[in-house]
Amino acid sequence: MSEADKTPNAPVERETKVDVRAPRKRSKLEKAISSKSFWRGVVALIGFVLLWEVCSRMEQWTGVEVPWIGKVPPPTEVLAAWTEIFWFAGYWESWYLSTGRVFAGFIAAMVLGIPFGLCLAVNRYFHDIFFPPFEVLRPIPPLAWVPASIVFWPTTELSIAFVTFLGAFFTIVINVLGGAKSIDIRFLRAAQSMGATQWDLFRKIILPGTLPSIFTGAAVGMGITWEVVLAGEMISGGGQQGGGGLGFFIWSSYMGGTVAQVIVGMISIGIAGYLSSSLIRYIGSISMPWRRLF
Amino acid sequence: MTEKIAMKQTSQAPTGLALTLYNWKARLKTPTPYLMALGIVLWIGTYYLFVEGWKLPRFNKLPGPVEVITEWLSENPAWGISLFTPQYYDHVIVSCRRIVIAFTIATGIGVPLGLFMGWSKTFRDYTFPILETIRPIPILAWVPLAILMFTGLETPVIYLATLASLFVTTLNTLLGVESIDSEYFRAANCLGSKPHHVFWHVVVPGALPFIFTGLQISIGVAWFSLVAAEMVSGEFGLGYMIVDSYMNVTYVTMVIGMLTLGFVGWFSSALVRIAGNRMMQWRIRALALEGR
Amino acid sequence: MDGQTLTRGAISIRNVTKIYDPEGVNVMAVDDCSLEIPAGEVCMIVGPSGCGKTTLLNAIAGFHSITSGEIYLDGELLCGPNKPIAEQGADRMVVFQHGALFPWKTLIDNVAYGPIVQGVMTKAEARDKAEVMLAEAGLADMAKKYPGEVSSGMARRAEIVRALINDPKVLLLDEPYRAMDALTKSIMHESLLEVYDRTKVTIFFITHDLEEAIFLGDRVIVMTTRPARTKKILNVDIPRPRDFKVLSSERFRQLVEEAKDAVHEEAIKAFEAGERELA
Repeated sequence: MSEADKTPNAPVERETKVDVRAPRKRSKLEKAISSKSFWRGVVALIGFVLLWEVCSRMEQWTGVEVPWIGKVPPPTEVLAAWTEIFWFAGYWESWYLSTGRVFAGFIAAMVLGIPFGLCLAVNRYFHDIFFPPFEVLRPIPPLAWVPASIVFWPTTELSIAFVTFLGAFFTIVINVLGGAKSIDIRFLRAAQSMGATQWDLFRKIILPGTLPSIFTGAAVGMGITWEVVLAGEMISGGGQQGGGGLGFFIWSSYMGGTVAQVIVGMISIGIAGYLSSSLIRYIGSISMPWRRLF
Repeated sequence: MTEKIAMKQTSQAPTGLALTLYNWKARLKTPTPYLMALGIVLWIGTYYLFVEGWKLPRFNKLPGPVEVITEWLSENPAWGISLFTPQYYDHVIVSCRRIVIAFTIATGIGVPLGLFMGWSKTFRDYTFPILETIRPIPILAWVPLAILMFTGLETPVIYLATLASLFVTTLNTLLGVESIDSEYFRAANCLGSKPHHVFWHVVVPGALPFIFTGLQISIGVAWFSLVAAEMVSGEFGLGYMIVDSYMNVTYVTMVIGMLTLGFVGWFSSALVRIAGNRMMQWRIRALALEGR
Repeated sequence: MDGQTLTRGAISIRNVTKIYDPEGVNVMAVDDCSLEIPAGEVCMIVGPSGCGKTTLLNAIAGFHSITSGEIYLDGELLCGPNKPIAEQGADRMVVFQHGALFPWKTLIDNVAYGPIVQGVMTKAEARDKAEVMLAEAGLADMAKKYPGEVSSGMARRAEIVRALINDPKVLLLDEPYRAMDALTKSIMHESLLEVYDRTKVTIFFITHDLEEAIFLGDRVIVMTTRPARTKKILNVDIPRPRDFKVLSSERFRQLVEEAKDAVHEEAIKAFEAGERELA
């Protein structure tokens, strides 16, 4: 009781056992490897692959077929198929073709979508006139546009590009609109009180403020783009003009009965999609350095 | 006292239908609704002009709005599908039925899965990597495998829609749990809750807003995947109807199909949103007081 | 008064140190702090933002662990060398800074929550008691509303009721009135004083507002900036029950005068350190 009544005026002299200010930074890799979560994830993935192998091979080993999964080729076969295809130029060409289509449609969607979204957010009249038709058309799934698109555009390639564009366009515009609208109005007022012109406001506040939403929209739109490109490739099928690509690869493998290759194709697209999303996220983090704090 | 005054004001804040009507009346006084009408008119007008009026080169292959509307509303449609033919509703019902099944299964698995992943770090550590590895694979890439795995035509189609929905629902539910302010957990623990209390009284209600946002997205995604699947391998349904009419060069029916899809998609999304609002009364009332 | 003797809720903090490690940088939040709080005392902790006072509260409540030292409640060990983190429990109820009423429950359901989940009362009993206590706090008409529908003052009062229905030994308040305007705050102060006069629960109240501290407290402990150490202890000998007229009294002014230099010194240090405040 008496201790608490002392009023220490000078800091108590003690040896500090721990250096209070020395930073001890660990690299990202170090952190990842030392975390339990990381190893649990590894275990889970290995377990998943093992389970898959067992279920697929069950018929071979015991004559009892596991429903559904039993019909899927086991991972070992898939791996074998992949090592085979790895050396074929055609496989990598499909990568190239699909990626090209995805980025073409995607960039078109960004180039048109971002300004459109920003205009919708900024100008009241523009919004009131152009938003309703936009909202009416938005729920129509992009793929439903495919036949109409094929009718309209001269080549299959263009028609698929158009549908790809549509898919990403709606998402990007919605995200940009939402992002621009959610900019704290106080930022705008602060800028205005410092004498900013309309153009200044746009360039220095609205644009950077919308960037996070642009990138979110881009990431989601990217996923949709892949789906649409795939659909286009699978539907239009065959050969040269407007053909080829990973979707076509999957479909023709299916038709040809080489199911293991189908899975190779699926995984390839998964990887391609993941890489493209990562690219977007990376570009996003570079262009938004202020967000790296957390 | 001051309290009585505060009480009077809050009890007079409009909610529900009264609020909606009030909002409508207020909006009619602004230029907004008239501009919106102008927008729609402009759009349909342009569509009409391009296709039927001026008959521009590429556009003349498409059916124009007049053609589509007359067909849609006619009792004896030239191409067999209109609001008055039973086949139309057959297609609509088949697609809707599939969506209901897919959405129900996806929600039934996805929400508990997401809740549990948010609740238990261990569980999440084991399941999240698997989810994230499979998720990048586009739904359509599953089509051949789905056809192989499942017998019949109905199941693969439903499977694809379910899968797409499942990912979205699970992820959003997980995000919802993570978004709950940790102070609520502390408060609950302080008050002497056992883990299952925390789950039912904090985790579930706290995640509801995100869950419902996720459900709205997921139903959109379900439609997207369903249409894709129907187009590739179906016998009935709106997606099939669109492809079929394309193959038969009856483009009017195709456009009818597209517009129907848009409408049904929007309607189902609105249903989910309304259900969400009913379940989250506390949020609606709080937002109403803020004037939103 | 209900004849309850002041033997519950005595807190003993002995040589408590807390060091933690966000992102690889060691931060000492509390440095060898010792404090004895007798049962039934209103103990106010004053210091600049982010100095570590919340860490002490969190340690008592069981939200964080301590690196060394011991904390006792009524002679029982809450946390210490072999037990770095205390268990959370209804004997030490917390009222949070930003308000932690469950937004998805009505006020009355919020208040009734504690006894129900502890199994101490049935649902009906808890709701009845909640209704009574809310009425005592002047919130009878708000009982069926959601926290999002009532003013922050009402919500904070309801939160205190939610804490009190569990008959806690200690009430831990972490700058609960920080986000309020001065007028609402003065009403909250009177409400809290009234609650204290009725229940005589030990109160551990963190604030940065010196006048609030002197107005409400029996003792005011001024803490240094990070790492937190006791800098000055003030005994507030203004008699209870107190009302807002105390604020203009001579004794009040004298006490503010005494503590002001100490507080101001620490405020300058905190400002110059310029570090981002700890939660």
